[in-house]
Amino acid sequence: MDIFDTFLNVEVMQRTFPMLIRGLWITLQLGAASIVAGLILGLLLAMARLYGVAPLRFLTRLYIDIFRSIPLLVLLIIVYYALPFLGLRLSPFASAMGALTLVSGAYTAEIFRAGIEAIPKGQFEASAALGLNPLRMMADIILPQAVRIVIPPLTNNSINVVKDTALASVVAMPDLLKQATQAQALSANPTPLIVAAIIYIAFLWPLVAGVSRMERRFAARRR
Amino acid sequence: MTAFVSIRNLRKSFGTFEVLKGIDLDVAKGEVVCIIGPSGSGKSTLIRCINRLEPFSAGSEIRVDGTAVTSGRALAKVRAEVGMVFQSFNLFPHLTVRENIMIAPRRVRGTSRADAARQADRLLERVGIASQADKYPEHLSGGQQQRVAIARALAMEPQVMLFDEPTSALDPEMVGEVLDVMRDLARTGVTMIVVTHEMGFASQVADRVIFMDAGQIIEQGPPAQVLSNPQEPRTRNFLGAVLNH
Ligand SMILES: Nc1ncnc2c1ncn2[C@@H]1O[C@H](COP(=O)(O)OP(=O)(O)OP(=O)(O)O)[C@@H](O)[C@H]1O
Ligand SMILES: [Mg+2]
Repeated sequence: MDIFDTFLNVEVMQRTFPMLIRGLWITLQLGAASIVAGLILGLLLAMARLYGVAPLRFLTRLYIDIFRSIPLLVLLIIVYYALPFLGLRLSPFASAMGALTLVSGAYTAEIFRAGIEAIPKGQFEASAALGLNPLRMMADIILPQAVRIVIPPLTNNSINVVKDTALASVVAMPDLLKQATQAQALSANPTPLIVAAIIYIAFLWPLVAGVSRMERRFAARRR
Repeated sequence: MTAFVSIRNLRKSFGTFEVLKGIDLDVAKGEVVCIIGPSGSGKSTLIRCINRLEPFSAGSEIRVDGTAVTSGRALAKVRAEVGMVFQSFNLFPHLTVRENIMIAPRRVRGTSRADAARQADRLLERVGIASQADKYPEHLSGGQQQRVAIARALAMEPQVMLFDEPTSALDPEMVGEVLDVMRDLARTGVTMIVVTHEMGFASQVADRVIFMDAGQIIEQGPPAQVLSNPQEPRTRNFLGAVLNH
């Protein structure tokens, strides 16, 4: 029995591959939904943090700091196992998406804030002097410029969200990792875990490489 | 004289430092006013108060065409009527030259894309850079960028144009082309308030020159009087320093 039969067993691979694909599909849905919801939440938080009235600014800061401090696994378990005591029972998908979104939103808010603050003051003044209202100023002038600055860190954050979806297996989500562990138990062979790892890498490596390329390009342009 | 821009007892402080110490100023429709004075005297702050890029102290009053410059709707109306040109151009780098000019008419007035584009091309013609419409600002020289900035402000058909040292960031050989555009503008009857160190421009184009120092108007009058025959010692000192450097 050689190492290939143990870790890359072709027969086990063929048998368990459909399970892994079902898990991958759920991982991608959960990741995409949490990323999009986190972007929206993050943008709203960034606006409140920058332009809200003082009490709102304080509350947003509190939120952002708390949700960047709490371990995602702890939050996930609270949402899934503790909220039902308050009568709030969420499905595994909703719990996982909720926890991922709450945390991703906090990180995204800081990314957007930094991006907006990097835009020169003259851009705000020129927009205001032309009579653009604050919403139009953001939508037409500030955010389109900030996007270039925030895309690399936002992509990094998205990579983290997809990785963190693996934690959802603790709340009985049949995601890629959960399916892989089950397939491993059924086939009494670790090959499905190795395949799952390869699938994660195959999906995230291009994004990681893309971020590096973008960062190099932006750095070159700034010179 | 009916004042188009009227400023009463304008006070402004940064922290405990009072930058404007009670300015009174009336500018008539069509008048060209040049503001001169030493660095830090409050010239920029004064004109930035007119469209409230700087908030000013309670008790001060600024009116543009009768509308008090406060906040909300009244401020929106004033900003639509007041154009501003900055020392550092502040063009929008992610938009082409034409789009820079179109954005305010489209977003503030709701002008159609086609009408805004036609108007932008007319304005570019007027400031002499029609051929640059599809370029991005970074590909233009400083003088061209400042002319685009003037066209961008004119697109809102403002009643008043504010200029804050529009030629100070330019290489010397480009100063003339921007001043020429401003000279043309003055002839069309737009009310202009210009902070400048260009004494030649002030003496030829201004109806009135205002000398400011330490947050106050020290002396004002026709350019021939203020620039050639100043009454106040502080004005004389300043002009002596500027003209002999
Ligand atoms: N945002 C600010 N915060 C604190 N102090 C400020 C601010 N803006 C301007 N000042 C101060 O207010 C004073 C007047 O500034 P202002 O820019 O109006 O002068 P200026 O006459 O335009 O000078 P310059 O010819 O150098 O442009 C200066 O002492 C300046 O340091
Ligand atoms: Mg100034």
